[in-house]
Amino acid sequence: MSRPGFVLEVDRSTPPILFHHGEGFRLEKLPPGSRVVYPAEPVAPLKDPDGAIRHALLNPVGDSQPLPSLLHAGMKLTIAMDNQAVPLPPMQKPDNRQRVIEIVLDMAAAAGVDDVELIVAHGLHRRQTEPELRHMLGDRIYDAFAPHGMLTQHDAEDHDNLVLVGRTEQGEHVELNKRAVTSDLLIYVNVNLVAMDGGHKSTMTGISSYRSLKHHHNVTGMQHSRSFMDPPNSELHNSTWRMGRLLAGAVKIFQIETTLNTDTFPSQFSFLQKREWEWSARDRASFLATSKSLEHVPPRIARSIFHGIKSPQRMTSVQAGEVEAVHALTLQNLHRQHLVPVEGQADVLTMGLPYLGPYNVNSILNPLLVMCLGLGYFFNLYRGKPLVRKGGVVIMSHPTRWEFHPVHHPSYIDFFEQVLAETTDPIEIEKKFEESFATDPWYIHLYRNSYAYHGVHAFYMWYWGAHALQHVGQVIIVGGEPRAVRRMGFKPASTLRDALEMAEDVVGRNPSITHIHNPPIFLADVT
Amino acid sequence: MRALQFQRNLPRYAAAKVAGGVVPGFGARVGPLRLADVDEPALPGPGWQRIRPRLAGICGSDLSTIDGKSSRYFEPIVSFPFVPGHEIVADADAGRVVVEPVLGCLARGIEPLCSFCAAGLTGNCQNLALGQLEPGLQTGYCCDTGGGWSTAMVAHESQLHAVPDAMSDEAAVMVEPAACAVHAARRPGLDQPATVVVLGAGTVGLCTIAAVRRHLRPGTLIASAKHPEQRTLARELGADTVVEPGEVRRAVRRMSRSPMVGAGVGDGAEVVFDCVGSAASIDDALAIVRPRGQIVLVGMPGRVSVDLTGLWHKEISLVGAYAYGREAASPAAGGRAGERTFDLAFDLVADADLGRLVSAAYALDRYRDAIDHAANAGPRGAVKVVFDLRGEKNR
Repeated sequence: MSRPGFVLEVDRSTPPILFHHGEGFRLEKLPPGSRVVYPAEPVAPLKDPDGAIRHALLNPVGDSQPLPSLLHAGMKLTIAMDNQAVPLPPMQKPDNRQRVIEIVLDMAAAAGVDDVELIVAHGLHRRQTEPELRHMLGDRIYDAFAPHGMLTQHDAEDHDNLVLVGRTEQGEHVELNKRAVTSDLLIYVNVNLVAMDGGHKSTMTGISSYRSLKHHHNVTGMQHSRSFMDPPNSELHNSTWRMGRLLAGAVKIFQIETTLNTDTFPSQFSFLQKREWEWSARDRASFLATSKSLEHVPPRIARSIFHGIKSPQRMTSVQAGEVEAVHALTLQNLHRQHLVPVEGQADVLTMGLPYLGPYNVNSILNPLLVMCLGLGYFFNLYRGKPLVRKGGVVIMSHPTRWEFHPVHHPSYIDFFEQVLAETTDPIEIEKKFEESFATDPWYIHLYRNSYAYHGVHAFYMWYWGAHALQHVGQVIIVGGEPRAVRRMGFKPASTLRDALEMAEDVVGRNPSITHIHNPPIFLADVT
Repeated sequence: MRALQFQRNLPRYAAAKVAGGVVPGFGARVGPLRLADVDEPALPGPGWQRIRPRLAGICGSDLSTIDGKSSRYFEPIVSFPFVPGHEIVADADAGRVVVEPVLGCLARGIEPLCSFCAAGLTGNCQNLALGQLEPGLQTGYCCDTGGGWSTAMVAHESQLHAVPDAMSDEAAVMVEPAACAVHAARRPGLDQPATVVVLGAGTVGLCTIAAVRRHLRPGTLIASAKHPEQRTLARELGADTVVEPGEVRRAVRRMSRSPMVGAGVGDGAEVVFDCVGSAASIDDALAIVRPRGQIVLVGMPGRVSVDLTGLWHKEISLVGAYAYGREAASPAAGGRAGERTFDLAFDLVADADLGRLVSAAYALDRYRDAIDHAANAGPRGAVKVVFDLRGEKNR
């Protein structure tokens, strides 16, 4: 049985705490009385994941028949799947999606289904390269489908292949991939890394258009998602649920969701998963060797080392059937791994940001993604209320270089240079700039034909942090490039000690401090 | 009289070139520029009078000369030793004046006037090395006239423009650079372009932004500026979007919503005013101007290495904009043909409050500090640095 997550109160005997810091780490001595929230240790994985998948497909939940009874010769079957934004880091082979889809395909073949198409549900993310697809799906699936054009990547700008399914009572357009919604059966295969993922959100983001996405990917929605990691209290989810229900009334959907444990890093980085006072001599040696060698290599090399990491995460559950019934079980399984009870809010929330977020697999965690990872994802890893009080301070540790991947994130560069130079207010940004970026023909061309995120995606990164921006009094980045940090309206600090001193100007002397020791991921249940 | 004098001294010129190449403005310490007591220049002929500078600006072309970077092109139209300074507000017989420094046919006593001077295009005068004066394209580069960096000089009556009483010396000293900007903006055939880009936001760039906004009335005016104070001023003077130099290509692409073709913008700006004149800025200009568009070199370029393939392929016009004279009509702004550039420049200085661009004033004996300040104006948050002669003893 794995140990649950817990909250440590720092005292004089507490060793320095590890902070992720991009492609590196920092050991920081937190003031006595600070609290550190540790994730749970990885829960036991399924002993027989393939058997569990078959069982789930044959014993669906909710108002759904077993998968084989939904499959028949002559039907049109579409299998959509999450893209490589999850899990993080990308998992060691075989990926959950490969396992599930191989079994689904076996069942489809047994039923004589020969019109099968696979769609990677990118939404407005960049297309994946062949090696990335092969890693996610395995060579067998890739070679059987891709050469025949039956493995496609959703194109939210291919208007000939989008269909308006309808509009919700709130006027939300449900416009989705034509192949998916004109199929006799749409199977969606997900990897539910965090509580935000899955359910109706999968289809409503993954195979939809900008016209649809803008109903829930907007500043107001994000400011009223408290948090977006807690679906019942998330406007993002309210909207996608309304829209998803409309889709479910028009198309037969069979949802297959999987969860993972938090065995996030391979053995050479095992110290990242341990509590510092439990580090063995080997852990300390690995930490020192890793840290020192990373200090002496250029960021580009360090990045390629880190992006080579494949996570040993393993499947902890799989459930299939009707979307909402499936997702309720998924959340239970996810919470079993992620929930950590935390009492009360702090004046200051500290976090070390790693090299990777959902939008920079094999890419650069540029400053916008730093903001999104810290103020979007990490800040929102709560249920109940934020870990930091209203008007408090968030201190993030990350190099935050003024550096962008020119192929993957072209509109991000313009957003950073031109939009943020004018204003950092999400509402003003949305009003004044979003449409021109979203409809810019060049960004659309790069999204469709190169490997670029959609022109509007940079805006979503900023919106993702809109709730935090509204909530906190100041954001400080430790070790970040001052010019880049200031461009975002944040304050740079050289050391954590400096940052804490700066924070005192906002929250007063001797503030309460909570540090989130993440990743591995957890979800704070704040009371 | 006291004057800063630039002498022909090749070893010192070489030293200035080396020093100025390492530290901008350092040529003033090792080069041929010296502060000296010299004889006042004699009046060259009828129509000439002695004037006493009040303020005299330090221009980018002056700094090029001091740091040994100016082109050898100028050799036949410069005479040594000369007193630099061509941005001048001075006391003349009839009151305060601004000097229009070009030494054309009228100043040289040449009759008949060359065809350009006859047409009012004195900046294009073909007789800059002839007549009653030694060679010199402008006051400030001619050994016979003296220049603004002194307590006394001579000027021809055709060069003098009375300064209105309401105009401060600081504003008046900006008239000459403003005239260069007006002349660039009033080039024929540029009326009301959809998009204009001004590269550089030093004195010339900022004046050009102001002139373009008022004389060209573009749909969108994008400016590139390196330093925060420059960016603020660029906005205040009329730029719609101000970006850092490294961002200008993306800014123009976004404005035009056109594709990037390699490092260039597919369908960029109709007109680009290059107020830097470096290889990098010309490169940028070629990348952001649209096919069949026009690049106007306002900044003095010197010898640069630039790939002109794009110019050929996109059928771009690359033109210079030097000095002043009389301007073409400007229908969008209601400008009539034949207006004197300096008259328009006086209006521009007053309208755009260009006197605020004067950031610092130095006495002559602090010339090294002054030149150092001017050479590093951008990083130091300054724009125009001037010599203040009003308190000089020998004046």
